[in-house]
Amino acid sequence: MSTTHNDWPLWEVFVRSKQGLEHKHCGSLHAADAQQALQMARDVYTRRQEGVSIWVVPSNTITASEPDDKAAFFEPMADKIYRHPTFYEIPDEVGHM
Amino acid sequence: MYTQSLDVPDTSAPALSSVPTAPDALQTRFDEKIDADQKIEPQDWMPEAYRRTLVRQISQHAHSEIIGMQPEGNWISRAPSLKRKAILLAKVQDEGGHGLYLYSAAETLGVGRDTMLDALHTGKAKYSSIFNYPTLQWADVGVIGWLVDGAAIMNQVPICRCSYGPYARAMIRICKEESFHQRQGFESLMVQMQGTPEQRAMVQDAVNRWWWPVLAMFGPPDAASANTAQGMRWGIKRISNDDLRQKFVDATVPQAAVLGVTLPDPDLKWNEERQQHDYGAIDWDEFWEVVNGNGPCNKERLSNRVKAHEDGQWVRDAAQAHAAKQKARQMKEAA
Repeated sequence: MSTTHNDWPLWEVFVRSKQGLEHKHCGSLHAADAQQALQMARDVYTRRQEGVSIWVVPSNTITASEPDDKAAFFEPMADKIYRHPTFYEIPDEVGHM
Repeated sequence: MYTQSLDVPDTSAPALSSVPTAPDALQTRFDEKIDADQKIEPQDWMPEAYRRTLVRQISQHAHSEIIGMQPEGNWISRAPSLKRKAILLAKVQDEGGHGLYLYSAAETLGVGRDTMLDALHTGKAKYSSIFNYPTLQWADVGVIGWLVDGAAIMNQVPICRCSYGPYARAMIRICKEESFHQRQGFESLMVQMQGTPEQRAMVQDAVNRWWWPVLAMFGPPDAASANTAQGMRWGIKRISNDDLRQKFVDATVPQAAVLGVTLPDPDLKWNEERQQHDYGAIDWDEFWEVVNGNGPCNKERLSNRVKAHEDGQWVRDAAQAHAAKQKARQMKEAA
Protein backbone atom coordinates (compact mmCIF):
# COMPACT_ATOMS: atom_id res chain seq x y z
CA MET A 1 0.00 0.00 0.00
CA SER A 2 1.11 3.51 -0.60
CA THR A 3 1.85 5.87 2.24
CA THR A 4 -0.47 8.59 0.92
CA HIS A 5 -3.04 7.62 3.52
CA ASN A 6 -0.87 9.23 6.15
CA ASP A 7 -1.05 12.50 4.27
CA TRP A 8 -4.80 12.57 4.41
CA PRO A 9 -5.87 15.01 7.08
CA LEU A 10 -7.73 13.89 10.18
CA TRP A 11 -11.47 14.61 10.55
CA GLU A 12 -13.62 14.53 13.65
CA VAL A 13 -16.98 12.86 13.11
CA PHE A 14 -20.24 13.94 14.77
CA VAL A 15 -23.37 11.84 14.34
CA ARG A 16 -26.99 12.72 15.02
CA SER A 17 -28.40 9.43 16.20
CA LYS A 18 -32.06 10.37 15.93
CA GLN A 19 -33.91 13.25 14.34
CA GLY A 20 -34.30 16.12 16.77
CA LEU A 21 -31.22 15.27 18.84
CA GLU A 22 -27.90 17.11 18.72
CA HIS A 23 -24.88 15.77 16.82
CA LYS A 24 -22.52 13.93 19.15
CA HIS A 25 -18.85 13.27 18.67
CA CYS A 26 -18.25 9.62 17.92
CA GLY A 27 -14.69 9.40 16.60
CA SER A 28 -12.34 10.43 13.84
CA LEU A 29 -10.93 9.25 10.53
CA HIS A 30 -8.55 10.20 7.75
CA ALA A 31 -9.88 11.41 4.42
CA ALA A 32 -8.60 13.45 1.50
CA ASP A 33 -11.41 15.99 1.54
CA ALA A 34 -14.69 16.85 3.24
CA GLN A 35 -16.87 14.94 0.82
CA GLN A 36 -14.82 11.80 1.16
CA ALA A 37 -14.74 12.23 4.92
CA LEU A 38 -18.55 12.24 4.96
CA GLN A 39 -18.79 9.06 2.91
CA MET A 40 -16.17 7.33 4.98
CA ALA A 41 -17.80 8.46 8.19
CA ARG A 42 -21.02 6.92 6.94
CA ASP A 43 -19.23 3.63 6.27
CA VAL A 44 -17.18 3.63 9.43
CA TYR A 45 -19.61 4.97 12.02
CA THR A 46 -23.17 4.34 10.79
CA ARG A 47 -23.10 0.84 9.31
CA ARG A 48 -26.04 -0.15 11.49
CA GLN A 49 -28.06 2.98 10.90
CA GLU A 50 -26.64 4.65 13.98
CA GLY A 51 -27.34 8.05 12.49
CA VAL A 52 -29.59 10.29 10.42
CA SER A 53 -27.05 13.05 9.89
CA ILE A 54 -23.26 13.39 10.00
CA TRP A 55 -20.93 16.35 10.48
CA VAL A 56 -17.23 16.14 9.73
CA VAL A 57 -14.84 18.79 10.99
CA PRO A 58 -11.11 19.08 10.23
CA SER A 59 -9.42 18.02 13.46
CA ASN A 60 -6.82 20.74 13.21
CA THR A 61 -9.53 23.40 13.38
CA ILE A 62 -10.60 22.27 16.84
CA THR A 63 -9.26 24.23 19.77
CA ALA A 64 -9.52 22.23 22.98
CA SER A 65 -9.06 23.12 26.62
CA GLU A 66 -5.81 21.83 28.12
CA PRO A 67 -6.29 18.63 30.14
CA ASP A 68 -3.57 19.77 32.54
CA ASP A 69 -5.43 22.99 33.23
CA LYS A 70 -8.64 21.18 34.05
CA ALA A 71 -8.57 21.94 37.74
CA ALA A 72 -7.90 25.65 37.35
CA PHE A 73 -10.15 26.01 34.32
CA PHE A 74 -13.28 24.54 35.88
CA GLU A 75 -12.55 25.32 39.52
CA PRO A 76 -14.66 28.51 39.63
CA MET A 77 -17.80 26.41 39.20
CA ALA A 78 -16.95 23.94 41.96
CA ASP A 79 -18.14 25.94 44.98
CA LYS A 80 -21.36 27.29 43.47
CA ILE A 81 -23.72 24.61 44.69
CA TYR A 82 -26.50 27.19 44.84
CA ARG A 83 -26.72 26.96 41.05
CA HIS A 84 -28.47 23.61 41.49
CA PRO A 85 -32.19 23.37 42.24
CA THR A 86 -31.55 20.80 44.98
CA PHE A 87 -29.82 23.48 47.05
CA TYR A 88 -33.26 24.86 47.96
CA GLU A 89 -35.56 23.16 50.45
CA ILE A 90 -39.15 23.42 49.25
CA PRO A 91 -42.04 21.80 51.18
CA ASP A 92 -43.56 18.75 49.46
CA GLU A 93 -47.03 20.26 49.35
CA VAL A 94 -45.78 22.90 46.87
CA GLY A 95 -45.57 20.17 44.28
CA HIS A 96 -43.11 20.00 41.42
CA MET A 97 -41.10 23.17 41.07
CA MET B 1 -36.86 32.96 31.66
CA TYR B 2 -38.93 34.50 29.63
CA THR B 3 -40.50 34.04 26.35
CA GLN B 4 -43.79 35.70 25.71
CA SER B 5 -46.42 34.71 23.25
CA LEU B 6 -46.61 38.15 21.86
CA ASP B 7 -47.67 37.48 18.30
CA VAL B 8 -46.62 41.06 17.73
CA PRO B 9 -44.77 41.77 14.54
CA ASP B 10 -41.58 43.72 15.06
CA THR B 11 -41.66 47.06 13.33
CA SER B 12 -39.11 45.71 10.96
CA ALA B 13 -38.12 42.08 10.90
CA PRO B 14 -34.38 41.55 10.51
CA ALA B 15 -33.40 41.33 6.87
CA LEU B 16 -33.17 37.80 5.56
CA SER B 17 -31.71 36.44 2.41
CA SER B 18 -34.57 35.86 0.06
CA VAL B 19 -35.46 32.30 -0.76
CA PRO B 20 -36.81 31.44 -4.18
CA THR B 21 -40.47 30.52 -4.38
CA ALA B 22 -41.14 27.09 -3.04
CA PRO B 23 -41.47 24.37 -5.56
CA ASP B 24 -44.48 22.35 -4.44
CA ALA B 25 -42.39 19.28 -3.75
CA LEU B 26 -40.35 21.09 -1.12
CA GLN B 27 -43.46 22.45 0.55
CA THR B 28 -45.04 19.01 0.57
CA ARG B 29 -41.96 17.50 2.13
CA PHE B 30 -41.90 20.22 4.78
CA ASP B 31 -45.59 19.65 5.57
CA GLU B 32 -45.03 15.91 5.85
CA LYS B 33 -42.21 16.43 8.32
CA ILE B 34 -44.35 18.73 10.43
CA ASP B 35 -47.25 16.27 10.32
CA ALA B 36 -44.96 13.44 11.39
CA ASP B 37 -43.73 15.61 14.30
CA GLN B 38 -40.20 15.60 12.91
CA LYS B 39 -37.69 18.37 13.44
CA ILE B 40 -36.78 20.95 10.86
CA GLU B 41 -33.02 21.58 10.84
CA PRO B 42 -31.09 24.60 9.52
CA GLN B 43 -30.13 22.93 6.25
CA ASP B 44 -33.70 21.84 5.48
CA TRP B 45 -35.89 23.80 3.13
CA MET B 46 -38.55 25.78 5.00
CA PRO B 47 -41.24 28.25 3.96
CA GLU B 48 -40.09 31.85 4.22
CA ALA B 49 -42.94 32.71 6.60
CA TYR B 50 -41.90 29.87 8.93
CA ARG B 51 -38.33 31.17 8.93
CA ARG B 52 -39.45 34.74 9.54
CA THR B 53 -41.77 33.74 12.38
CA LEU B 54 -38.99 31.79 14.07
CA VAL B 55 -36.45 34.58 13.67
CA ARG B 56 -38.93 36.97 15.26
CA GLN B 57 -39.90 34.65 18.09
CA ILE B 58 -36.41 33.39 18.95
CA SER B 59 -34.83 36.84 18.77
CA GLN B 60 -37.62 38.34 20.91
CA HIS B 61 -37.03 35.53 23.36
CA ALA B 62 -33.28 36.24 23.38
CA HIS B 63 -33.88 39.97 23.87
CA SER B 64 -36.18 39.15 26.80
CA GLU B 65 -33.44 37.16 28.51
CA ILE B 66 -30.94 39.98 28.11
CA ILE B 67 -33.31 42.77 29.15
CA GLY B 68 -34.51 40.46 31.94
CA MET B 69 -31.11 40.78 33.60
CA GLN B 70 -31.91 44.36 34.57
CA PRO B 71 -34.84 44.20 37.04
CA GLU B 72 -33.01 41.69 39.23
CA GLY B 73 -29.57 43.10 38.52
CA ASN B 74 -30.92 46.18 40.24
CA TRP B 75 -30.74 44.28 43.56
CA ILE B 76 -27.35 42.56 43.31
CA SER B 77 -25.57 45.32 45.20
CA ARG B 78 -28.30 45.49 47.83
CA ALA B 79 -29.07 41.82 48.47
CA PRO B 80 -29.59 41.30 52.22
CA SER B 81 -26.80 38.71 52.63
CA LEU B 82 -23.74 37.37 50.85
CA LYS B 83 -25.66 34.14 50.19
CA ARG B 84 -28.55 35.93 48.48
CA LYS B 85 -26.11 38.08 46.53
CA ALA B 86 -24.23 35.04 45.22
CA ILE B 87 -27.51 33.35 44.27
CA LEU B 88 -28.79 36.45 42.52
CA LEU B 89 -25.53 36.89 40.63
CA ALA B 90 -25.73 33.28 39.47
CA LYS B 91 -29.31 33.74 38.33
CA VAL B 92 -28.67 36.95 36.41
CA GLN B 93 -25.64 35.27 34.84
CA ASP B 94 -27.91 32.40 33.75
CA GLU B 95 -30.28 34.85 32.06
CA GLY B 96 -27.37 36.25 30.07
CA GLY B 97 -26.38 32.71 29.13
CA HIS B 98 -29.93 31.91 28.01
CA GLY B 99 -29.88 34.96 25.77
CA LEU B 100 -26.68 33.69 24.17
CA TYR B 101 -28.09 30.18 23.54
CA LEU B 102 -31.07 31.79 21.85
CA TYR B 103 -29.21 34.31 19.71
CA SER B 104 -27.13 31.40 18.42
CA ALA B 105 -30.27 29.39 17.65
CA ALA B 106 -31.69 32.36 15.74
CA GLU B 107 -28.45 32.74 13.80
CA THR B 108 -28.89 29.24 12.35
CA LEU B 109 -31.79 30.78 10.40
CA GLY B 110 -29.44 33.11 8.56
CA VAL B 111 -29.87 36.30 10.57
CA GLY B 112 -26.79 38.04 12.00
CA ARG B 113 -26.25 38.91 15.66
CA ASP B 114 -25.65 42.56 14.79
CA THR B 115 -28.93 42.76 12.92
CA MET B 116 -30.82 41.38 15.90
CA LEU B 117 -29.08 43.63 18.41
CA ASP B 118 -29.67 46.60 16.18
CA ALA B 119 -33.39 45.81 16.05
CA LEU B 120 -33.44 45.68 19.87
CA HIS B 121 -31.42 48.85 20.36
CA THR B 122 -33.46 50.92 17.93
CA GLY B 123 -36.68 49.79 19.57
CA LYS B 124 -37.90 47.88 16.53
CA ALA B 125 -37.80 44.48 18.22
CA LYS B 126 -40.04 43.55 21.11
CA TYR B 127 -39.21 41.77 24.34
CA SER B 128 -41.36 40.43 27.15
CA SER B 129 -43.64 43.10 28.65
CA ILE B 130 -42.89 41.93 32.18
CA PHE B 131 -39.44 43.52 32.32
CA ASN B 132 -40.85 46.98 31.94
CA TYR B 133 -42.10 46.86 35.52
CA PRO B 134 -39.85 48.11 38.34
CA THR B 135 -38.33 46.08 41.19
CA LEU B 136 -39.14 48.37 44.09
CA GLN B 137 -38.02 46.30 47.06
CA TRP B 138 -36.18 43.08 47.93
CA ALA B 139 -39.26 40.82 47.90
CA ASP B 140 -39.69 41.68 44.21
CA VAL B 141 -36.63 39.53 43.54
CA GLY B 142 -38.20 36.49 45.19
CA VAL B 143 -41.53 37.09 43.48
CA ILE B 144 -39.84 37.34 40.09
CA GLY B 145 -38.26 33.93 40.70
CA TRP B 146 -41.49 32.37 41.90
CA LEU B 147 -44.04 33.93 39.54
CA VAL B 148 -42.20 35.36 36.55
CA ASP B 149 -39.88 32.37 36.18
CA GLY B 150 -42.77 30.08 37.04
CA ALA B 151 -44.80 31.57 34.19
CA ALA B 152 -41.79 31.38 31.89
CA ILE B 153 -41.31 27.68 32.69
CA MET B 154 -44.98 27.03 31.91
CA ASN B 155 -44.47 28.79 28.60
CA GLN B 156 -41.12 27.28 27.74
CA VAL B 157 -41.56 23.61 28.53
CA PRO B 158 -43.81 23.08 25.48
CA ILE B 159 -41.24 24.87 23.28
CA CYS B 160 -38.81 22.03 24.06
CA ARG B 161 -40.96 20.13 21.55
CA CYS B 162 -40.88 22.94 18.97
CA SER B 163 -40.52 21.78 15.37
CA TYR B 164 -37.33 23.78 14.82
CA GLY B 165 -34.43 21.67 16.10
CA PRO B 166 -31.97 24.35 17.28
CA TYR B 167 -34.71 26.23 19.16
CA ALA B 168 -36.03 23.06 20.78
CA ARG B 169 -32.55 22.02 21.89
CA ALA B 170 -31.77 25.48 23.28
CA MET B 171 -35.02 25.34 25.24
CA ILE B 172 -34.19 21.95 26.75
CA ARG B 173 -30.95 23.41 28.06
CA ILE B 174 -32.70 26.51 29.36
CA CYS B 175 -35.53 24.63 31.07
CA LYS B 176 -33.03 22.47 32.96
CA GLU B 177 -31.61 25.65 34.46
CA GLU B 178 -34.93 27.34 35.20
CA SER B 179 -35.83 25.08 38.10
CA PHE B 180 -33.11 26.70 40.20
CA HIS B 181 -34.53 30.11 39.35
CA GLN B 182 -38.02 29.38 40.54
CA ARG B 183 -36.98 27.46 43.63
CA GLN B 184 -34.54 30.10 44.85
CA GLY B 185 -37.30 32.70 44.53
CA PHE B 186 -39.85 30.65 46.41
CA GLU B 187 -37.39 29.70 49.12
CA SER B 188 -36.32 33.30 49.56
CA LEU B 189 -39.97 34.29 50.02
CA MET B 190 -40.56 31.45 52.52
CA VAL B 191 -37.68 32.79 54.62
CA GLN B 192 -39.02 36.32 54.43
CA MET B 193 -42.50 35.13 55.42
CA GLN B 194 -41.02 33.86 58.69
CA GLY B 195 -39.83 37.38 59.46
CA THR B 196 -41.49 40.42 60.98
CA PRO B 197 -44.98 41.63 60.01
CA GLU B 198 -43.29 44.32 57.92
CA GLN B 199 -41.21 41.75 56.07
CA ARG B 200 -44.30 39.64 55.40
CA ALA B 201 -46.11 42.73 54.17
CA MET B 202 -43.29 43.32 51.70
CA VAL B 203 -43.87 39.89 50.18
CA GLN B 204 -47.59 40.53 49.88
CA ASP B 205 -46.93 43.94 48.34
CA ALA B 206 -44.65 42.42 45.71
CA VAL B 207 -47.18 39.67 44.92
CA ASN B 208 -49.91 42.29 44.54
CA ARG B 209 -47.90 44.29 42.04
CA TRP B 210 -46.56 41.37 39.97
CA TRP B 211 -49.60 39.09 39.76
CA TRP B 212 -51.47 40.78 36.92
CA PRO B 213 -48.44 41.61 34.75
CA VAL B 214 -47.40 37.95 35.15
CA LEU B 215 -50.77 36.70 33.91
CA ALA B 216 -50.42 39.05 30.92
CA MET B 217 -47.02 37.47 30.13
CA PHE B 218 -48.83 34.56 28.50
CA GLY B 219 -49.98 36.91 25.78
CA PRO B 220 -53.36 38.01 24.45
CA PRO B 221 -56.41 35.74 24.81
CA ASP B 222 -56.69 33.00 22.18
CA ALA B 223 -59.60 34.77 20.50
CA ALA B 224 -57.34 37.79 19.88
CA SER B 225 -54.21 35.86 18.87
CA ALA B 226 -54.29 35.88 15.11
CA ASN B 227 -51.11 33.86 14.67
CA THR B 228 -51.83 31.09 17.16
CA ALA B 229 -53.41 28.75 14.61
CA GLN B 230 -50.48 29.09 12.20
CA GLY B 231 -47.99 28.66 15.02
CA MET B 232 -49.79 25.49 16.11
CA ARG B 233 -49.87 24.21 12.51
CA TRP B 234 -46.10 24.70 12.28
CA GLY B 235 -45.40 23.05 15.60
CA ILE B 236 -43.83 26.23 16.93
CA LYS B 237 -46.59 26.75 19.46
CA ARG B 238 -47.92 23.68 21.25
CA ILE B 239 -50.33 25.02 23.86
CA SER B 240 -52.49 28.14 23.49
CA ASN B 241 -51.97 31.29 25.57
CA ASP B 242 -55.19 30.81 27.56
CA ASP B 243 -54.50 27.15 28.27
CA LEU B 244 -51.01 27.96 29.54
CA ARG B 245 -52.36 30.80 31.66
CA GLN B 246 -54.95 28.47 33.18
CA LYS B 247 -52.32 25.86 33.97
CA PHE B 248 -50.22 28.53 35.64
CA VAL B 249 -53.09 29.83 37.79
CA ASP B 250 -54.02 26.31 38.88
CA ALA B 251 -50.41 25.53 39.81
CA THR B 252 -49.85 28.81 41.62
CA VAL B 253 -52.91 28.99 43.90
CA PRO B 254 -51.79 26.14 46.20
CA GLN B 255 -48.24 27.54 46.24
CA ALA B 256 -49.56 30.89 47.44
CA ALA B 257 -51.40 29.08 50.23
CA VAL B 258 -48.21 27.33 51.37
CA LEU B 259 -46.41 30.65 51.32
CA GLY B 260 -49.19 32.39 53.22
CA VAL B 261 -49.96 35.16 50.75
CA THR B 262 -53.14 36.04 48.91
CA LEU B 263 -53.41 36.63 45.19
CA PRO B 264 -54.93 40.05 44.39
CA ASP B 265 -57.97 38.87 42.48
CA PRO B 266 -61.42 38.86 44.14
CA ASP B 267 -62.76 36.72 41.28
CA LEU B 268 -60.20 33.99 41.79
CA LYS B 269 -61.99 30.82 42.92
CA TRP B 270 -62.16 27.11 42.30
CA ASN B 271 -64.72 26.09 39.70
CA GLU B 272 -65.92 22.63 40.67
CA GLU B 273 -67.55 22.07 37.31
CA ARG B 274 -64.50 22.94 35.22
CA GLN B 275 -62.09 21.52 37.80
CA GLN B 276 -60.05 24.68 37.27
CA HIS B 277 -59.83 28.12 38.84
CA ASP B 278 -61.83 31.04 37.52
CA TYR B 279 -59.96 34.30 37.53
CA GLY B 280 -60.73 37.96 36.88
CA ALA B 281 -60.33 40.04 33.75
CA ILE B 282 -56.84 41.04 32.68
CA ASP B 283 -56.25 44.66 31.75
CA TRP B 284 -55.21 44.25 28.12
CA ASP B 285 -55.07 47.98 27.54
CA GLU B 286 -52.25 48.16 30.05
CA PHE B 287 -50.55 45.19 28.39
CA TRP B 288 -50.56 46.86 24.97
CA GLU B 289 -49.39 50.15 26.44
CA VAL B 290 -46.40 48.36 27.94
CA VAL B 291 -45.70 46.34 24.79
CA ASN B 292 -45.83 49.50 22.73
CA GLY B 293 -43.20 51.24 24.79
CA ASN B 294 -45.20 53.09 27.42
CA GLY B 295 -44.68 50.88 30.48
CA PRO B 296 -43.11 52.22 33.67
CA CYS B 297 -39.54 51.23 32.72
CA ASN B 298 -39.39 50.80 28.92
CA LYS B 299 -37.15 53.78 28.33
CA GLU B 300 -34.83 52.97 31.20
CA ARG B 301 -34.42 49.32 30.16
CA LEU B 302 -33.64 50.20 26.57
CA SER B 303 -31.27 53.05 27.34
CA ASN B 304 -29.39 50.85 29.87
CA ARG B 305 -29.04 48.17 27.21
CA VAL B 306 -27.79 50.59 24.57
CA LYS B 307 -25.36 52.11 27.05
CA ALA B 308 -24.04 48.69 28.08
CA HIS B 309 -23.51 47.84 24.43
CA GLU B 310 -21.74 51.11 23.69
CA ASP B 311 -19.64 50.92 26.85
CA GLY B 312 -18.52 47.46 25.75
CA GLN B 313 -17.33 48.65 22.35
CA TRP B 314 -13.71 49.06 23.47
CA VAL B 315 -13.69 45.47 24.76
CA ARG B 316 -14.87 44.13 21.41
CA ASP B 317 -12.34 46.33 19.62
CA ALA B 318 -9.53 45.22 21.92
CA ALA B 319 -10.37 41.54 21.41
CA GLN B 320 -10.30 42.01 17.64
CA ALA B 321 -7.01 43.91 17.80
CA HIS B 322 -5.50 41.19 20.00
CA ALA B 323 -6.63 38.45 17.61
CA ALA B 324 -5.22 40.34 14.62
CA LYS B 325 -1.92 40.85 16.42
CA GLN B 326 -1.66 37.17 17.35
CA LYS B 327 -2.40 36.16 13.80
CA ALA B 328 0.21 38.53 12.40
CA ARG B 329 2.77 37.17 14.85
CA GLN B 330 2.00 33.58 13.89
CA MET B 331 2.34 34.39 10.20
CA LYS B 332 5.65 36.10 10.85
CA GLU B 333 6.93 33.07 12.74
CA ALA B 334 5.76 30.75 9.99
CA ALA B 335 7.40 32.83 7.32
